[in-house]
Amino acid sequence: MKKMSKTTKNNMVTYLMVIVIFIVVQLLVSTGNVSSLLQGLLVPLCAYIILAVSLNLTVGILGELSLGHAGFMCVGAFTSAFFSKCMVETIPVTGLRYFLALLIGAAAAGICGILIGIPVLRLKGDYLAIVTLAFGEIIKNIVNVLFIGRDENGFHFSTKDSLSLGLEDGGKVIVNGPQGITGTPKDSTFVIGVILILITLFIVLNLMHSRSGRAIMAIRDNRIAAESVGINITKYKLMAFSISAALAGVAGVIYAHNLATLTAQPKNFGYNMSIMILVFVVLGGIGNMRGSILAAIILTLLPELLRALSDYRMLIYAVVLIVMMLFNWSPKAIEWREKYSAKFRRKKNNSAKEAA
Amino acid sequence: MSFISYLINGISLGSVYAIIALGYTMVYGIAKMLNFAHGDVIMIGAYVVMTAIAGAGLSPLLAVLLAIIFCTILGVVIESVAYRPLLNAASSLAVLITAIGVSYLLQNLALLIFGANTKSFSSVVPAPALVLAGGNLTISGETMVTIASCIVIMVGLTLFIKKSKAGQAMLAVSEDKGAAQLMGVNVNGTIALTFAIGSALAAVAGVLLCSAYPSLTPYTGAMPGIKAFVAAVFGGIGSIPGALIGGILLGVIEIFGKAYISSQMADAIVFGVLIIVLIVKPTGILGKNIQEKV
Amino acid sequence: MALLEVNNLGISFGGLRAVNEFHLKIEKGCLYGLIGPNGAGKTTVFNLLTGVYKPSEGVIRLDGENIVGKKTIDINKAGVARTFQNIRLFKDLSVLDNVKVGLHNHYKYSTLEGIFRLPKYHKMEKAMDEKALELLSVFDLDKEASTLAANLPYGKQRKLEITRALATEPKLLLLDEPAAGMNPNETKELMETIRFVRDEFHMTILLIEHDMKLVSGICEELTVLNFGEALAEGKTSDVLNNPEVIKAYLGE
Repeated sequence: MKKMSKTTKNNMVTYLMVIVIFIVVQLLVSTGNVSSLLQGLLVPLCAYIILAVSLNLTVGILGELSLGHAGFMCVGAFTSAFFSKCMVETIPVTGLRYFLALLIGAAAAGICGILIGIPVLRLKGDYLAIVTLAFGEIIKNIVNVLFIGRDENGFHFSTKDSLSLGLEDGGKVIVNGPQGITGTPKDSTFVIGVILILITLFIVLNLMHSRSGRAIMAIRDNRIAAESVGINITKYKLMAFSISAALAGVAGVIYAHNLATLTAQPKNFGYNMSIMILVFVVLGGIGNMRGSILAAIILTLLPELLRALSDYRMLIYAVVLIVMMLFNWSPKAIEWREKYSAKFRRKKNNSAKEAA
Repeated sequence: MSFISYLINGISLGSVYAIIALGYTMVYGIAKMLNFAHGDVIMIGAYVVMTAIAGAGLSPLLAVLLAIIFCTILGVVIESVAYRPLLNAASSLAVLITAIGVSYLLQNLALLIFGANTKSFSSVVPAPALVLAGGNLTISGETMVTIASCIVIMVGLTLFIKKSKAGQAMLAVSEDKGAAQLMGVNVNGTIALTFAIGSALAAVAGVLLCSAYPSLTPYTGAMPGIKAFVAAVFGGIGSIPGALIGGILLGVIEIFGKAYISSQMADAIVFGVLIIVLIVKPTGILGKNIQEKV
Repeated sequence: MALLEVNNLGISFGGLRAVNEFHLKIEKGCLYGLIGPNGAGKTTVFNLLTGVYKPSEGVIRLDGENIVGKKTIDINKAGVARTFQNIRLFKDLSVLDNVKVGLHNHYKYSTLEGIFRLPKYHKMEKAMDEKALELLSVFDLDKEASTLAANLPYGKQRKLEITRALATEPKLLLLDEPAAGMNPNETKELMETIRFVRDEFHMTILLIEHDMKLVSGICEELTVLNFGEALAEGKTSDVLNNPEVIKAYLGE
């Protein structure tokens, strides 16, 4: 029972941290201390944080490496933007429309997660990583050749160009291949983003400390032993993977409803994005949700804070990343840190004794 | 005739992938890590050649030699500074992320030195094109040199690993690091040598790639790097003939996909075939299937 | 009717005949030993019994029901639990959680009930905690309930594995070299624990062991496996005095 309260306390600290950061940022914004450039980063940052937490569910809790997370985000972004654009007039209430868009984005990404997960989750380690990367690239590629238009006869699809949709007069192109979706209502706000971060955390943290979460972590620690005590490996792997995908879809919804034009490029939905999210997860600590959030914030803001260094900023970003990884993970560095902190503690104890 | 021409182009592109994939596969076999920065070493190699010819006025052959030496040193330095400290880290992801950091570093270094503009790369291949079948089939000099280089490298590398002491040490380390060390193999030295060879091959691949597709930016290496990695997995990562088969198949599929299906969907087709292969054979075409012992 | 009845069991890996015409009959409540030289196929028999490997031929009846061809998890649900020669714990989970994973199929609530912390979640978690602690206290592990499994000393890890297996409420418990790596004192203690488990839980136990003191001390019946075939079987004392068995163990 004591342990229960410990994990609950730990979770509360995480929620509280998000709320405190939110309040501080709101205060800074309202007192005019945040540049408009940084303000523009707030909503995408919320999306990145959700992505990092959801990827940590796959990498840290399920223990499988996925390099295609941006693909699920892409699915969530495009399905929800498509829905919102079609429904702007039908559902004029922003809140309801956004809520439905969220459900649709999450469901679409989650279903993609199941469809992809069924064949590939039996692969292991780096093979799974490369297949998820491949799926991410395929999703991005498909979105780029997809044309959807609507006229009074209904929807028209094409994979060639907008002309071959054969729209009647007055018909509208909704998804325009590489030009993507233009005119999605900009419904995402920082407040909504933070609320969704809290909901994501609620889902992931509570899942971790439940019967299903234990089963997932048991599979991560020892698949053969988990099987021997009657855990259904496929079911729980698929569950973790699809929840993770659905949450990435939520991030996509936030991301899409913050842009005038949504296009699928290597930068936002390609493997580069997946890798960036993975960097957040590993740097923040595998399986550590709070760490993912902090890493996402620091690494998203770092290039902006280094802006004064102009051309050198990405170079410094790279160096900082390498140095942090070496410092955090190298066995020698860990040994050195432990020795140093032990020395420090001893000193503190000694001086405390002397004082007494 | 166009079919044969596509096929030859595919084999040529595939040869480049195969040469890059060799670097991935050897490093993976020995250090059990994905060297994400490998693709960027290709780009660095190409820039060195370009600068040496245009800036220092070296002959193409000397320039290529210089690039090989430069990349070899670069590979060894990267390994010893960024990767070796993490060789025994608690999670194998740590070194993967560091490799991503190195990749960013190389790209941004190139960006600072050479700028973001696309540079046109003048081919270093002096051989003229071969015109066959009464002008219906043209095989460029670059294509012939690329395929020839790939064959030479494959044969050379296979002989090196089979016949030389260092090559045997590589096999030993990839099989069991601890046991190899106990048998007196210099493990760190062997890993460094692997990176040296992989990086030298990357330089060659960079020159060949940019001779065939003559545009160069700091991001030139990234996509071929990923594709070559796919090729290595495709053929069975850790296997040298696997890298060859995977590379060639990937190149041919990509060119055929572009020609016969859709040029925009070419990448999706390549990745789709990869997925199917891995679902059918989870460790790649020539990969060993290792089952966990209970 | 015997609890476990194995007939004509066989499996080949490539050209190697690992287990051949193996048969076994264990009565309910029996403490049965499976011994044999290294490489005789003992662990392979366990893997066949638990569905890790599919036998090439043969029948395995548990309580009269043929379990050949069933998946590992279904065989566990049918009532077979095991430990492993090389300990396989969920090392990054607490000792308590390791046992709670074992209780997975007996205390159920849905994933949604877990995420939204509905009343059933609280009720079931409380019941699981109680049950797990009860089991742990049998093995004197309840004080370490919140320790990470990886941080337990070796002997306790072996015990935790047995606890976890028992949590699945099996009819038949398979122990793969439970005394491996233990000193004589620990082995003695383990013998008492195994006997206690059999008496307290009315358990049927099949164990693989090399420690002859343990085997002769607690096993009532034995089968000796040599080159994948049953060399001898019967009462422990009879089997251990069988000249063929002595030959297989000591050579000529």
